[in-house]
Amino acid sequence: MNEVTDSPPLVSFDRVSKRYGSVVAVHTMNLKIYEGEFLAIMGPSGCGKTTSLRMLAGLEEPSEGDIHLGGKRINEISSIERDTPMVWQSLALFPFLSVQKNVEFGLKMRAMPAEERQQRARKWLDRMEILELADRDISQLSGGQKQRVALARSLVTEPRILLLDEPLSALDANLVVRMQGVLSRLQKELGITFVYVTHSQSEAFAMSDRVVIMSQGRIEQIGSPKAIYRSPASRFVADFVGANNILSGSIIGAGEGLKISTAVGEFQCKKSADMSFSDDDTLDMVISADLVQISMEDPKVQNSLRCRFISEEFVGSIVTIFAELEDGSDFKVQTRQRDLANMALEEGASFFASWNAADAHVIGGNRT
Amino acid sequence: MSARPKKDLLLRGYVVLVFIFVFTPILTSFVFSVNSDRFPSIPLGHFTTHWYETILADPDVWDAFRISGIVSISVAVLATFIGFCTAYTDYRYNFTGKTLYLSLALLPPTIPLVIMGLAMLALLARINMSGEIYSIIVSHVVLCSPFAMAVIRMRLAQIDPDLESAAWNLGASNWRAMREVIVPFCRPAIASAFCLTAAVSFDEFAVAWFVSGLNKTVPVIILEILQGNTDPQINAIGSIVFITSMTLVILAQLILVRKTINQTATGI
Repeated sequence: MNEVTDSPPLVSFDRVSKRYGSVVAVHTMNLKIYEGEFLAIMGPSGCGKTTSLRMLAGLEEPSEGDIHLGGKRINEISSIERDTPMVWQSLALFPFLSVQKNVEFGLKMRAMPAEERQQRARKWLDRMEILELADRDISQLSGGQKQRVALARSLVTEPRILLLDEPLSALDANLVVRMQGVLSRLQKELGITFVYVTHSQSEAFAMSDRVVIMSQGRIEQIGSPKAIYRSPASRFVADFVGANNILSGSIIGAGEGLKISTAVGEFQCKKSADMSFSDDDTLDMVISADLVQISMEDPKVQNSLRCRFISEEFVGSIVTIFAELEDGSDFKVQTRQRDLANMALEEGASFFASWNAADAHVIGGNRT
Repeated sequence: MSARPKKDLLLRGYVVLVFIFVFTPILTSFVFSVNSDRFPSIPLGHFTTHWYETILADPDVWDAFRISGIVSISVAVLATFIGFCTAYTDYRYNFTGKTLYLSLALLPPTIPLVIMGLAMLALLARINMSGEIYSIIVSHVVLCSPFAMAVIRMRLAQIDPDLESAAWNLGASNWRAMREVIVPFCRPAIASAFCLTAAVSFDEFAVAWFVSGLNKTVPVIILEILQGNTDPQINAIGSIVFITSMTLVILAQLILVRKTINQTATGI
């Protein structure tokens, strides 16, 4: 998203905090959201992601800090005047209105003449491919159809930004993937900003241009899905995202590369250009489970360690192996079913895991 | 053979017995209202509508029905409105003293009717408001509002809390959201509360007797006739009252249950 970062942001959170009594839901948050991007805010429940979205929608007022939308401070502007429509987790469709009337609601509140708003509602129903359901009751719709009604209802006012609060969480897995496609396409076609709150990594990574990872009211990392997946900025992100192994240790040599001593051995890893280390610094080494090779014999390479096989989880072509290291900590390996077929792994069997120094990502030290 | 069907049968029998116990007097009253004999006795005489004709010819009875009608409809409107406002306050806001507020709102039906009637009379007499139709209306509104509130509160408990926010989010003001979302959502409960409070007011005797003065409602006139002479006129009026109230109550139940089932399927 480098090309858009030069233009002024559509939305900016400037040192925004939200407190409920003594509980801090959002902690001095700084965030810029750009025109036309698909931004996902992701984190475990209670991390402040929904509160942030509700502040943007005007349903909560920040305790501190400013929120700007299109260059205008909107702290005190009520939800009614913001035009920041939201797709709710519960969808919040009006059960006593027909599909068409649900979609017309926003236009009716803006006092658009009946004929015009009917036309506009039908246009959006058609766009969401549910025009034939216009006269149905909400109770007669399937989960996916309700989703489309909710989208049409929010988009009918043709806003610059659409807020989505875990809209897919009530759908079954197949439908989620299909709706992801629908949302992705819709966002690209409309060219408007989508802010999508979710706890699901697959939803966030599949659709968004940038992902914000939150934990305990703070932003842990902002970046492209790939950057977050491959170079987590903190231990929390490494734990929360993907299937990562984290080895903690201290530096025993910071020369060309880094040499790190951990409870299960000494390992090499690459030093990134923007980091400086000194001896005895403690840091975390993150090795993504899918970048680990396994073998029955010691591969006699720089970065390898002995594991004890505990169990495996078989999902189609990919297998996740759960193992234990010598110090009792967990270690995960993801590999293809095919590669595992000729290894006789039983419970308690020991095997070796190894990886390239370049694939180990380091968290900690001092960024310059 | 398992014990289950036996137990089931026993329970069913018990329920039937309870219904017989409750409805026998009412049914008996109805039977004697269309029986020609002067005194309720068996064997029955022949079928007649004489007693209904007698009461319908009595202007006092007509007057009583008129007053009861005015009272119960006015009470239903006012009590349902107050009940809705109270229930919405409870749903929407949290404030200190809310428990006290709620217990006060729900208090009137727990006071024995005779005491309530007496207290109402004492108060209304002191402020020169007793003995008028509106005295009955005021007293009955106090008595009926909690019922309306309870019914509407039950409905509001089922509302998706995001629904109102969704309306704001789509540009509806507070009042507009109330009109376009909360009221339509509660419509079955509001209709039901209306019927229920009308029925309670139409039926109520003790309080009405104390405060009505010369404006006698139907239950008050029944007592009056009963004190004068005992004949099946009483049974005839009783049957009309019973059918009116039952219709209202059953209507209230039907509206509430049917709409609720319809719309809960939506929420999920």
